[in-house]
Amino acid sequence: MKKRVSGLLVIVMAVLLFAGCAAEAAPAAAESAGGAALSGTLSVAGSTTVAPPAQALADAFEARYPETRIDVQGIGSSAGMKMLNEGGCEIGMASRELKQKELDWGLESIAIAYDGIAVVVHPSNGVSDLTKEEIQKIFMGEITNWSEVGGINKEILVVSREDGSGTRGAFEEILKLEGDEGSMVIESALIAEGNGAVKANIASKSQAIGYISLGIVDETVKALQVDGAEVTVANIKSGAYGVSRPLNMATKGEMSELAKTYLDFVMSPEGQKIVAEHYIPVVD
Amino acid sequence: MKEKKLKYQILKLLVYLSAILTVAALVWILFYVVRKGIGRIDFQFIFGDAKAGGIWPMIVTTFWAIFASLALATPIGIMAAIYMVEYARPGRVVRAIRFATESLAGIPSIIYGLFGMIFFVTKLGLKFSILSGALTLTIMVLPTVIRTTEEALKAVPRSFREASLGLGATKIRTIVHIVLPSAIPGILAAVILGMGRIVGETAAVYLTAGTVPKVPGSIMDSGRTLSVHLYMLAKEGLSFEDAYATATILIILVALMNLLAKTAVLRLKKG
Amino acid sequence: MEASIETYRKVENKMSEQAYISRDANNFEGQHQKRMRTETFFRRLFFLSATVAIVAVAAITIFIFVSGVPAIGKIGLFDFVFGQKWKPSADIYGIFPMIIGSLAATGGAILVGVPMGVFTAIFMAEIAPDTLSRLIRPAIELLAGIPSVVYGFWGLVVLVPLIDKIWGGGGNSLLAAIVILTIMILPTIVNVSEAALRAVPKSYGQGSLALGASKIETIFRVKIPAAKSGVLAAVVLGIGRAIGETMAVILVAGNTPMIPGALTDRIRTMTANIAMEMGYAFGLHQEALFATGVILFVFIMALNLVLNRMTHRAGDES
Repeated sequence: MKKRVSGLLVIVMAVLLFAGCAAEAAPAAAESAGGAALSGTLSVAGSTTVAPPAQALADAFEARYPETRIDVQGIGSSAGMKMLNEGGCEIGMASRELKQKELDWGLESIAIAYDGIAVVVHPSNGVSDLTKEEIQKIFMGEITNWSEVGGINKEILVVSREDGSGTRGAFEEILKLEGDEGSMVIESALIAEGNGAVKANIASKSQAIGYISLGIVDETVKALQVDGAEVTVANIKSGAYGVSRPLNMATKGEMSELAKTYLDFVMSPEGQKIVAEHYIPVVD
Repeated sequence: MKEKKLKYQILKLLVYLSAILTVAALVWILFYVVRKGIGRIDFQFIFGDAKAGGIWPMIVTTFWAIFASLALATPIGIMAAIYMVEYARPGRVVRAIRFATESLAGIPSIIYGLFGMIFFVTKLGLKFSILSGALTLTIMVLPTVIRTTEEALKAVPRSFREASLGLGATKIRTIVHIVLPSAIPGILAAVILGMGRIVGETAAVYLTAGTVPKVPGSIMDSGRTLSVHLYMLAKEGLSFEDAYATATILIILVALMNLLAKTAVLRLKKG
Repeated sequence: MEASIETYRKVENKMSEQAYISRDANNFEGQHQKRMRTETFFRRLFFLSATVAIVAVAAITIFIFVSGVPAIGKIGLFDFVFGQKWKPSADIYGIFPMIIGSLAATGGAILVGVPMGVFTAIFMAEIAPDTLSRLIRPAIELLAGIPSVVYGFWGLVVLVPLIDKIWGGGGNSLLAAIVILTIMILPTIVNVSEAALRAVPKSYGQGSLALGASKIETIFRVKIPAAKSGVLAAVVLGIGRAIGETMAVILVAGNTPMIPGALTDRIRTMTANIAMEMGYAFGLHQEALFATGVILFVFIMALNLVLNRMTHRAGDES
């Protein structure tokens, strides 16, 4: 008897699953131009750096247009651009400038925010100010001891990001760490995946130096002044703190009403206010 | 003779030492994570939505992923194991199947993820969805379910089958009424192991089911499982406190599932 | 062993046939045919299920090779496999350091984890009083289900600083990877080996004890050989988990693409290489990551072949 019951259960489960599929197929996105009547699902995919503000923007957007659903996927810039090109999503997110090949596909991008990159060390580190040149030499492996830049006698541990990361790309570009032979960051550098992993590594190693997005700097690490400028929103806007990069959203071809409305919302004063909670808005 | 005795004394010592070390390491991790995470957990954290810093959508998505994957993997896995133990004669076919299962067990989850993303998500047009994730996970847990079920079936004494066949039962009746019931504890263990892999999987899920932190409305919606959520929290460094708390919830969840399965096994054994 | 299974199957099938015949005497011909059809139907269904694994492996293999082989062609097999430099920004793709990294981490974990796991299984199945093993088992089963990210996270905040404190160098190292992988494969090895040991008929042990062997001698000379196929299955699952582990390793290994010279050196595994850069990779870089998957795949297939042989031999002996 029991076996029959469990068998039945499996069948019921299978039926439920298929019912789920069928139910989803039915309500097609009703195309209507009216503002409040806007409905349907919009898929936004790409950079994990851009995903948090995009998600916050989506939440606010859904509150205003209750009939809509915005799915934000943090899968990496390149994966996002690829999905966009293949029609897997309607808006892509990139934490770097688009590559030539991506532009050739017909993708168009727009900067929705700026992000400062903070150079961080362990809170116990006595050094608090470095010049761009010193940072460059440290990351190239020419300066290898903290005593060379006014700290204690301890070997420097360089923490960098994975190849292709938007943050790494921007950091290398700004600090002139790109040579003819590609990246000039010392080969023995510790490579951490993601801003969080870099932060955790720096926070637990007194001899380490790394770089992370300004948005996630907290008391577990110490952000250095670069060329005497502190890493603040004001300094980034004025250009005094020179290590920053744009964050982009990309589209391909004709946009749907929903996608267009969402992008307009992102660039609106209200949207940019939400962006400002994470990064530096492009319009005030 | 003395040398032999010494050898066994050393082995005995190693057995005790290993047991202590294993348990100590595992208990250490368990307690460390739970102690750091338990303080953050409250009603709001568990039942709140992502906007409020809650993880309810991730819990729901995780259950969807478990049910959808197991609904496929369990029957297929059990039937495959039955074939391997009860029907197959040693030969090329069996070796091919055995080799395939073992290869599947060895393929890194990241490769499953890549495969699922290109095949299910893009080629079959299932998009980022629980279904894409579940199909990928089904292939992933299949070897675990097959292998463990096989061991359970093998452990059923031959005499049981002989007695049943001798009494005139057909082979399929023997399997359904005699062999499977005796092997149920082992099969449940297989399902628990499979569940564990599904709950714990990150790379393969986030490339196929996506990362949308919302309660899915259907199996065609994208969703973020607890493990993916934890991975994103740790990687992006948004909040280590939330990461510990999410890890604690995951541990409690796995503990509850195990307990449930255990109780079920006991009930079945009695019944 | 194989021969004996075959005889057993023959006997069993014959018994099954006889069962029909004896029933036929009192039954209608049609019912017999119907029953035969049911039998055939289920046998085919079971066979079909078993072939799902083959189809899946074939699909994944084809997919990975199609996406990865062109890059190997462009880079050159030798340069790719034995190249010591991985520098995507300069289009230099050599994965030799990652191959060494993967092998060293997995090898180390197996070397420590397999004996530890099997010994723990022995303790739980044979030595510990029932109450104790009943206490430990749920804990170990629980740990088998805990996401690898949790282990990695723990490794990053506890283990890595500990290694840094003792040996210096930052702590992200081959050693950290080995320790984490060892801990991660332990539950699998313990669970599966224990089940295998418990499945050994009690009479085996009793016989050995009656002949005057000590308990520990009985375990190592009678029970383990009898449970060999199950223990080997545990090892296979363990190796699979170790070499395929990605997230936990990324968090603790340091991911420097250089050949390690010491246990405290940072390593990058092949899985870490794929997982870290896939989200960003583009063009040849992305193809090179798929190609890394191809090499990893070849390694795992070779490993499976070897283990397959070993399991067969183990089966023949008993």
